[in-house]
Amino acid sequence: MAAESLGWWGVPLGILAGTLRGSAPFLFVSLGECITEKSGKINLGLEGTLLMGAMSAYGVSYLTQDVVGAFWAPWLGVLAAGIAGMLLGAIHGWLSQQPRVNDVATGIAMIILGSGLAFFLGKPFIQPQAPQLFTFDWGSWSSTPQLQAALKVSPLFLLGVAIAPLLQWFFRATRWGLYVRAVGDSPQAALAMGISIFKVRMASIMAGSFLAGIGGACLSLYYPGVWTERISSGQGLMAVALVIFARWNPIQCLWASMLFGGAQAIGPAFQSVGVDSYYYLFNAAPYILTLVIMIVTCSPQQTLAGSPGALGKEDV
Amino acid sequence: MVNAVARRSQWQRPLEAVFLPVAALLVALLIFGLFCALAGADPIAVYGSIYKAAFGRWSAWQNTLIRASPLMLTALCTALPARLGLVIIGNEGALVMGGLAATTVGLGLGTAVSPMVVKLAMMLAGMAAGGLWIMLAGALRHYRGVNETISSLLLNYIAIALLNHLVEGPMRDASFVTKPSSAQLDPAILLGTIPGTRVHVGLIYGLIVCLLAYILIQRTTFGFAARTAGGNIRAARIAGLPVGKLTLAVCFLGGSAAGLAGMVEVAAVQKRINESLVSNYGYAGILVAFVSRHNPLATVLVAILLGGILASGGILQRAHDLPDATVLVFQGIVFLCVLFSDSFYGKLPWFQEQVEV
Repeated sequence: MAAESLGWWGVPLGILAGTLRGSAPFLFVSLGECITEKSGKINLGLEGTLLMGAMSAYGVSYLTQDVVGAFWAPWLGVLAAGIAGMLLGAIHGWLSQQPRVNDVATGIAMIILGSGLAFFLGKPFIQPQAPQLFTFDWGSWSSTPQLQAALKVSPLFLLGVAIAPLLQWFFRATRWGLYVRAVGDSPQAALAMGISIFKVRMASIMAGSFLAGIGGACLSLYYPGVWTERISSGQGLMAVALVIFARWNPIQCLWASMLFGGAQAIGPAFQSVGVDSYYYLFNAAPYILTLVIMIVTCSPQQTLAGSPGALGKEDV
Repeated sequence: MVNAVARRSQWQRPLEAVFLPVAALLVALLIFGLFCALAGADPIAVYGSIYKAAFGRWSAWQNTLIRASPLMLTALCTALPARLGLVIIGNEGALVMGGLAATTVGLGLGTAVSPMVVKLAMMLAGMAAGGLWIMLAGALRHYRGVNETISSLLLNYIAIALLNHLVEGPMRDASFVTKPSSAQLDPAILLGTIPGTRVHVGLIYGLIVCLLAYILIQRTTFGFAARTAGGNIRAARIAGLPVGKLTLAVCFLGGSAAGLAGMVEVAAVQKRINESLVSNYGYAGILVAFVSRHNPLATVLVAILLGGILASGGILQRAHDLPDATVLVFQGIVFLCVLFSDSFYGKLPWFQEQVEV
């Protein structure tokens, strides 16, 4: 068929398409996790947040399409996804800052609760088709359908690409960015500056969860563009590893997300040219990649460069 | 007077450790009831259904126990390393690797030797595979400083991918069309049931392993060393404890328990290996471990409780028109409430030692 006419060119093209399509959720969750971890807390529960975001976005887009039209409905969905994520983030932010409560355990609990709520509330939306976000069709000049499909770029992806440098600037050059970094690096110093550690961490976790919720909207309203219970392939869980890989730097989160989006597309790309005997092993590529990267970059003697000083430590 | 205070503090501590989780469970039930009411179901009726489906009759008890036995084992995969201060969440992966190894050995040996030997070999293979899988996470932690939570999580995905690869390719039984699976294990090497019940002997394995784990952690020098290292790793090093060896050994033991759960699921429930093996027993095991506060004996009770909740999933759907994810929501609420109750330890005046003035 058409894929065969491209021959082996289908592989790099498939990976390119996967990078543009599949990196958006990675980008949003990793930026979200980056904000969270900069304040010195880990949120392992972004997987639940992502699922909740995907469900809310799809549901709201479906339910409001008759009221606001098929163009604006998905955007309302994106907003709803962010807000849903933020609410879950508020639970995590509050609970993980209670004395003797472990933030990793809280994260696992939030994965269970978030996915449970998403599946519970999302049951009626599995069948119907919700209006999708529009895409920029940058491939319309080409006559190759695969290239046209590959270059359908989502505005959400571009939004994420814009947020990355903005966040970089926020951390480096603004007063609020300094507060977050101070709380994450040296809570004692932040306390001496008169900053409320609780409030800053709460705000950071909620903001991060807002972004992770939008990451879920990328899944259900852009690619693959449906709502099912198996829509996430662990992007929310991998966010934590991705941020370590990106050394807590928002710009590097962008590159890392594209790498992961591409790695995720290796299996399907080879399948499209008829090589499918190692499909599942190729699908494990992002996980193996993360593990290898962590083995290479971590060291038992010292913490990683760029790691927030108070990350994973007991509260003061 | 001093004597009275000492005696009182002796039973106050354990009482606090029982009271707080039970209170958390009750609060969780209350919140879950509210949730059900919001979803349009009658909370009291839902509680009744859960109780009936979980513990109402002997047949319900059997369903509960069948689900509880893998949970006891997978919970140890988190609970044992937790005593050493490690947060391992690779339970699902260890279970899958254990199931894969056990199936491979079972299919390979078949009925060439006596079924007793085959079962033993399958058990050992499952435990070794699960153990090595988690030991890898422990080794990466100790030698490379790689965060064990993240690495064990990634290992879950890699194990599941390996399972899918093997049952789609090398291990696939072409004659079985329902879903890609391995060939069926010979009926002679399957695990039987406890006489007079439908419950497979995996339950007995679970009980024995939990008891052994309790003795190991609480009553042996090895367990004492592990708990010391978990309390303060630098002090343990200064005291000359072999922290690296302890890490590897404890991770291996935890993983082997989950691996055994995989073997039991394959040899007693599934009878062949396919994707159905990945049915969240691993992730639910994490919940069991945290709720039981990593105490292997409490694990047994919590596993039975959660087994009951899981067993009630079907009836919630049939009788109350609630989606099957309701059980997941309930688990999440319980987990969060128990975590929150942790922050009350040492805070409630009733459980504190009264200092006489």
